[in-house]
Order: sequence, then structure tokens, then C-alpha cells
Amino acid sequence: MSDFLSYVLNGLAVGCGFALLASGLVTIHRVTGVVNFAQAMFAVVAGLTAGSALGAGLPHGAAELAGVAIAVIAGLLTGLAAVGRRGTTPQSALIVTLGVGILAYAVEIAIWGDQPRSFAGLPGSLEVGGVAIQWQYLLVIGVAAAVFAALALFFARTDRGKALTACASDPYGARLVGIDVLRMSLIAFALGGGLGGIAGVLVTPLQPISFDSDVALIVNGFAAAIMGGLNRPGPALAGGLLLGVAEALVAGYGNAAHQTEIALVLMLAIMIWRAVRTPVVQEETV
Amino acid sequence: MIQVRDLVVRYGSATALDHVSLTVETGELVALIGPNGAGKTTLVNTLSGILRPASGSIEVTGRLAHVPEGRHLFGDLTVEDNLRLGAWRSRDRDPSWLYGLQPQLAELRRRKARTLSGGQQQLVAVGRALMARPDVLMIDELSLGLAPLVVTQLAAELTALHRDQGMALLLIDQNARLAFDLCDRAYVLEAGRNVAEGPCAELARSPEVARAYLGGPVKEIS
Ligand SMILES: Nc1ncnc2c1ncn2[C@@H]1O[C@H](COP(=O)(O)OP(=O)(O)OP(=O)(O)O)[C@@H](O)[C@H]1O
Ligand SMILES: [Mg+2]
Repeated sequence: MSDFLSYVLNGLAVGCGFALLASGLVTIHRVTGVVNFAQAMFAVVAGLTAGSALGAGLPHGAAELAGVAIAVIAGLLTGLAAVGRRGTTPQSALIVTLGVGILAYAVEIAIWGDQPRSFAGLPGSLEVGGVAIQWQYLLVIGVAAAVFAALALFFARTDRGKALTACASDPYGARLVGIDVLRMSLIAFALGGGLGGIAGVLVTPLQPISFDSDVALIVNGFAAAIMGGLNRPGPALAGGLLLGVAEALVAGYGNAAHQTEIALVLMLAIMIWRAVRTPVVQEETV
Repeated sequence: MIQVRDLVVRYGSATALDHVSLTVETGELVALIGPNGAGKTTLVNTLSGILRPASGSIEVTGRLAHVPEGRHLFGDLTVEDNLRLGAWRSRDRDPSWLYGLQPQLAELRRRKARTLSGGQQQLVAVGRALMARPDVLMIDELSLGLAPLVVTQLAAELTALHRDQGMALLLIDQNARLAFDLCDRAYVLEAGRNVAEGPCAELARSPEVARAYLGGPVKEIS
């Protein structure tokens, strides 16, 4: 029983990481219509940067902030490359983000080498009913909850959040009412970078990362994000948690090597289900 | 308000506007008519800054708002959000004054724009542009797809805004009779060129204009 509980908690924490990553995908897609395949790169860069900053003597907190700041810059640069020119279609921008992700491999290997790195998160654990819950897990879950609440409020309650949504909904209409679509798109990429970065610095203490960790991360993040049609943060959170827990249980009771397959199967199932369910006459926005 | 001189606009190598000139004075009601492909949409898109002119000059004073051909609402957002974003450039984004003017909009306020009928969407599109409190309102195809009753009502509302607030209008409409009824002056564009202009009543008396746009010569325009 206590095994089960600790698997679930572990899964929830990792799932929160997936969900945070997915929230970045959702933010960027919702505003620009672009599926950002460089999203997990933001997490990797942030995690590696935070580790180096800690190694250089920066205290916790400052080091993680440095990691997230670098991820914001990476997001902005990716945005400039992908949507910086007017008239780039979301389809060609997607290819650019793939290219950026691969280019980032070279940069990451040059700076950090190709071996997995990690750093210690919050030390100690909380004892609840005979189960020890690591503080780091609670930190990940708490931060994810706060970030999702803030995102939901931002998109649902503020005019700026709605202006961001309007950009993908009808870019031409957005320009007509005076919304600077290019600026909004870059803001979305920077925000997406920050969200990916938060995921990275939180998850690195749980799972060591290296330059190519982005593959497993993006598969899981995408599987979570697709739950909400890449546009809604709420279902992405649910999807991330579901994936995290399912994978932790499989790893705990079965074989850890099959984790990514679970994400892939779930993602395929959701995509097929959505495709079947969507009426043909409706204009597809995803 | 709007002064366009010798405007040339191209799509690649195709010339859509060939030395077009047009003015809209403060508080003036101006119609812009012409056959499909004449360049009317191109002209208002250039005025809105969506397209770049190859040459010529554009001067705009005051606030300009644009109801685009095809509406271009934000389908994922509610009617109220669409209206609020119409006032994106200003600080006061409260649409209640518009609800006072158009009670239907108040009824639809919580609906997602994409779930509305075409006519309802057009009402929202006009409302969204009005939210900018424009000095000049450009409407590209006001009556397209609308029930006559809705058109009459929208026309009355625009006239009232013109009378009470001095709002100027640049109106494009396939229904030239409607445009002539509503406006004081008109421009006729054909194949990207100015071919006629003048007071609506005068233009309506010209045999060419009457034949091409009003379905034959007419005796009287009220
Ligand atoms: N995006 C575009 N790319 C290339 N050519 C275009 C484009 N948009 C319009 N054109 C061309 O420019 C010319 C003017 O088109 P425009 O849409 O301005 O006409 P219009 O007067 O608004 O016609 P309608 O009454 O059918 O709306 C047409 O010959 C059209 O084929
Ligand atoms: Mg047109």
C-alpha cells in the first residue's frame, strides 16, 4: 500500500512537470497556432543552466531563476526564428521549431557535454501516515498548481489574455482592432519558454537530464497538451497528471523501459478519438 | 478625415489599385461601389495598414475603424470579449453603452462568436468596430447575407451615430441602392481605377451608373 502511495505521489510530481511543459505548448499554440517542437528544449536548457549556476555557488532560488530566465530568452529566440517574419504559416513555423530544437543539441553538448546531469532539490521529506513524501515533490505540485491557476485567470479574465487568444483565432481581425500580432506572438513564445523552464528546474532533481531528454519530455508534454486540443490549459493539466501517475505505476510494478510508449499510446488514442468525434463540417482549428 | 491620392497597390506583379484617389471629410457619408474585383477591399485594407501601398499618399486624421469583409470575429471568444477587444487601443473597454444601443448584442454577450448565425456575426462585427469610437467607420459589405430588416436597423443606427456624434462613414456595399440611400457622396471603382464620383443623387442619374449598379435607369432616389 505504501509502495502504491509513493508511486502515485512520484507520478503526480512528474506529471506536474509534464503539465507545465504542456502549458507552454498550449500557450504558444493558442496565440500563434504553432506547435512548438522546441518546447522541451526550454526545460533542458533551464535544468542544465540551474545545475551549472548551483555548481558556480549560486544559492537555490537564484539558480533556478537563472535557469528560467535563460529559458525565457531561448523562447524569445525560438519565437523570432519561427514567427518573426510576417506571413509565416504555422506549418512552416513548426518546421523551424524542429530545426531550432536540433540546433540546440549542438549548443547544449558544447556547453554541458552529453552526460546526464542533475542537482539536489529540496532536502528532506514529510511523514504522512507512514509514507515519506519528499519536499521536492510537494514543491513541484505546489508550483504547478499556482502556475495553472495564474494561467487560467490570465486567459479567462484579462483583456491582455484575450488579446493573446484573438491572435490565433483571427490574426487579420486582431490586426484590425489594433493588436500587435507579432509582439503578442513573441510574448507567447517568451511565456512558453518560461513555463518550459519552470518545468525543467523542478523536474531535474527528480530525473537527471541531458541534451536529448527533450524527446521523452516533448512526447509526454504533447500527449498532455493534446487532451485540450492544444488550446486549453485545464485538460493539459489533467493529461499530465494522468500520464505521470500511469507511468510511475508501470515503472513501479512493471518495466520502466515502457514509460514513453504509454505516452505515445495515450496520445494516439486521444488523437483518434478527437478525429472521430469532430464533425466533418466544423472548421478544424487544431 | 481620409485623404487618398494617386494610390497604387499591387499583389506581387498584379496591380489592384491604379492611381486611386478618394477623400472622406469630417462627418461625411461616402459610398464606394464597383464590381467584384474592382479593388474596394484592397483600398480599405490599405487604409487600415494591412497592405502597403507601392506609391501614392494616404492621410488619416482621427480614429479609424474597419468592419472587414467576412467579419473576422474571434470565434473562440465570447461576443462580449469580441466587443471589448474592439476597444483594445483605448482604456475604456466597457461595452454597456453599445448594449443600450443594440439590445440584441446584450442578449448574445455570453455566446461564443463562432456559434452565431451570419447576421448575428455581422451585428457583432459592426459593434466591435463601433467600440473603437471611430471618427470614421469603414464597412466592407454591410448588407451581405443580412435580412432586410437587420440592414434597415443597422442603417438607422449608423445614421444616428452620424447625426449625434458626427461619425463619418466609408461604406462598401454590393447593394448600390442601399449605399446611395445612406450616403451623400459616392465613388465608383472599376478594375482598380476611379471611374466616377459625385453626390449620390447625381451619380444615380448617370445612365452608365444606373445601368451597371442600380438595375437600369431610375427616376427618383429618396
Ligand atoms: N490576396 C490577394 N492576392 C492576389 N490578388 C488579390 C488578393 N486579393 C485581391 N486580389 C486581386 O485584387 C483585385 C481587387 O480585389 P478586391 O478584393 O480589392 O476587390 P473588391 O472590389 O473588394 O471585390 P469584391 O466586390 O468581390 O469584394 C482583384 O483582381 C483580386 O483578384
Ligand atoms: Mg471586397
